[in-house]
Amino acid sequence: MKKEWKTQNEDGSYTVRTCGWSPPGDHPVGCGMKLTVKGGKLVKVEGDPEHPITNGRLCVRCLALPEFVNHPQRILSPMKRAPEDRGKDKWTKISWDEAWDIIVPKVKQLKEDHGAESIVVFGGTGREACLYYYPLGFASLGTPNVCYPLSGWSCYGPRCSITDYILGAGYPEIDFAGTYPDRYDNPNYVLPKYIMEWGKNPLMSNPDGFFGHSLIDMMKRGTKMICVDPRITWLGTRAEYVLQLRPGSDTALALGLLNVIINEDLYDHDFVDNWCYGFDELKERVQEYPPEKVADLTWVSAEKIREVAREFATNKPSAIQWGLAVDENPNGVQLGHAILSLSAITGNLDVPGGITLGPPAALLGKWRVETRSNLSEELWDKRIGAKEWPALSTAMATTHPDETLDTLESGKPYRLRMGWFNSSNFITPTCSAQPDRWYRALKSLEFNVVQDCFMTPTAMAFGDIFLPLPTFAEHDGVVVTHFGRNAVFLGAINKAFETGDCKSDIEVCIELGKKLHPNMWPFDSVEDFFSKQLKPELGIDFNDLREMGVYQPKYTYRKYETGQLRGDGDPGFNTVTGMVELSSTLFEAWGDDALPYFKEPPYSPFSTPELFKEYPLILTTGARKFTSFHSEHRQIPTLREIDPWPEMEIHPETAAALGIKEGDWVCLENMFGKAKERAHLTPTIHPKVVHATHGWWYPEKKAEEPSLFGVWESNINTLVPHKHIGKLGFGAPFKQMICKVYRVDSLESDVGFKA
Amino acid sequence: MARNGLLIDYQYCTGCHSCEVACKNEHKIPHGKWGIKLTEVGPFQVTGDKWEWNYIAVPTQLCDLCEDRVAREGVPSCVLHCLGQCMEYGPLDELAKKMAEKGPRVMMFAPVV
Repeated sequence: MKKEWKTQNEDGSYTVRTCGWSPPGDHPVGCGMKLTVKGGKLVKVEGDPEHPITNGRLCVRCLALPEFVNHPQRILSPMKRAPEDRGKDKWTKISWDEAWDIIVPKVKQLKEDHGAESIVVFGGTGREACLYYYPLGFASLGTPNVCYPLSGWSCYGPRCSITDYILGAGYPEIDFAGTYPDRYDNPNYVLPKYIMEWGKNPLMSNPDGFFGHSLIDMMKRGTKMICVDPRITWLGTRAEYVLQLRPGSDTALALGLLNVIINEDLYDHDFVDNWCYGFDELKERVQEYPPEKVADLTWVSAEKIREVAREFATNKPSAIQWGLAVDENPNGVQLGHAILSLSAITGNLDVPGGITLGPPAALLGKWRVETRSNLSEELWDKRIGAKEWPALSTAMATTHPDETLDTLESGKPYRLRMGWFNSSNFITPTCSAQPDRWYRALKSLEFNVVQDCFMTPTAMAFGDIFLPLPTFAEHDGVVVTHFGRNAVFLGAINKAFETGDCKSDIEVCIELGKKLHPNMWPFDSVEDFFSKQLKPELGIDFNDLREMGVYQPKYTYRKYETGQLRGDGDPGFNTVTGMVELSSTLFEAWGDDALPYFKEPPYSPFSTPELFKEYPLILTTGARKFTSFHSEHRQIPTLREIDPWPEMEIHPETAAALGIKEGDWVCLENMFGKAKERAHLTPTIHPKVVHATHGWWYPEKKAEEPSLFGVWESNINTLVPHKHIGKLGFGAPFKQMICKVYRVDSLESDVGFKA
Repeated sequence: MARNGLLIDYQYCTGCHSCEVACKNEHKIPHGKWGIKLTEVGPFQVTGDKWEWNYIAVPTQLCDLCEDRVAREGVPSCVLHCLGQCMEYGPLDELAKKMAEKGPRVMMFAPVV
């Protein structure tokens, strides 16, 4: 990439090269773009053809960036509101100094009176704040309680933890030549023959920083797809195989595939003999899952299970990309374990064109959890749910999400008094189950600070202080794909202009930190902070990164042979046994089965047949659209023009039986809650399954309570129960609930938005 | 002068809408109107595991193939931003040759006379 990242144009405007990371847009994908600014205002967004991963391509969320940046409803100055006015639109603009003068004494007082543990920081999904909400809690505020409120930590955390325990490595990702400047043409690169896409649709979700359309790059070059999904997606229509399984039966399917590969002797003997622990036990376990039995459980034919198992095992290299469906499943730890076992015994780990493995944590991702050195052992021991859920609290530095709700409700083991909501709008159906229950419980907090770009339902309900966030176009930063757990690049986020009086996550961390725990924040500026993060590991400073545009680290394959996966430098994997643990030492120590097993979802035609009579459809939620990143973008006209309303998918036969036509509004309801969405009839979904989108609220609706921007109208997460989680504390049934569906009046008439 | 056009290999059009919004940005096209618009065919089952589901972007009379932009930067905005990189711009005769080498799901448009 060119050295110059800021160029002056003839018409008086200038153009800044940058990489994106929400707010707004997406996970740390770091898409390359050029922002043109005239008269202090963003006038144009273009993709950057020089970017090695995105090559100029850009999705609609960033193409609509000027609408987000210049939106009349954006909050551009700190605000305060009296606690008795929560839920009312009675905000007063204040300066940052005044905000600190309210926040800092309050924090000090709470710590003195009730201990630092009475403060809890809530983080959201995928935004830049993911790097900073841990340090904000640990090192700026000084509390051990940092909470990602999604029941069972059902997003990314389970997969990272499972990998940590089974492989002792960072996030496993398809080898998509991401670290090579010349990408797929690099002589060391080999194209995957198959990619098995398990419960994931990266074209829309760009998961954790994987640029989803890299799949298309690879398909054009000859990679074939296997999709494991309850829906036939567009990608599925371009796939060699689709395993359209019953939602929540995934682990049975994975064990069925293992059964075929092991019993037909299709596995990689060399890898299994030298690098795997517990193969004989796994072999014995999979005998319980013959394809015919698995076919009954999963709705996937035995013939197809055999065919896919054979194709996958005998075409090396191939990769599996596991999705959110692994996390959003109380049986998900076993699913993740089985998927890693499939990858391992077919010899596809850490080889060209297989699955790459990174360090468990690196760079900023490492710093963020290491800031807990600010806390005493005594204080760290007070982290909510840590003792009760060791499998979660060993790998994750957070509280247990479900225990946190219990603590809010019960005041046990102690009362939580202050909440800091960092880029987390979780009473909207995003990262919580039973958001209505959280909503009631959160009312007990005495003092709340919210950081966001817009007034959200969560901010309107709880904020006493609102601190406005700049977009990625308005501050300096670093984007690191996969949050540093197997990054293909680091990209410079360059401040192109300024809007209002906003401060970024890292600016807030440093400013607040200097007031409360100055020893943890020895940084003169944001630039100094990033330089001190980059220099020791990469030998470059922040300005070097700006001039490079992106930095791609060198990748080494087969690190287990050369000791590069372990701290002690011995060959092998960084696990208890030093091997890939097909049988897990730790799962057993924590009271679960050492081997993967299938367990029915908590509510299903098999586990609750009586309830299923009343709620005769299987509900799966959370598939993504191109036009939003979780609850972001609902106020962006161009994006609402494309996807104006929440959409649920239903099979035409099922719809006909219920008198539902295309575009009708329906209510999805079960014993826990209900939500209204607009019906889309499609034969790509099984007649017994419905899918509902998440993240909906209506910025055009009334802000004040009880409306809260219509947050309860289409709140699909109200149908998902609290604490129906796996034995090790991970995984909740967001993708395998039951419900009924019936027609209701349209919501389109009583909200102001015109598509 | 040879006419130019767009070649769209819709085997790889994922329906991302980037062409629509990139075009609106470039030409300042208001809501309700498009310079290029996605259409959808399907999804329907052909046989067994075979499905038909295509997105095809269709240029409208508001499309000028980004005449000014092409002179300045080489490619139309839709072509640059297309996530599936399934669009190509160029003289029709060259595109026709490329079309013959592609799979069955390919379309050519010549929106500007």
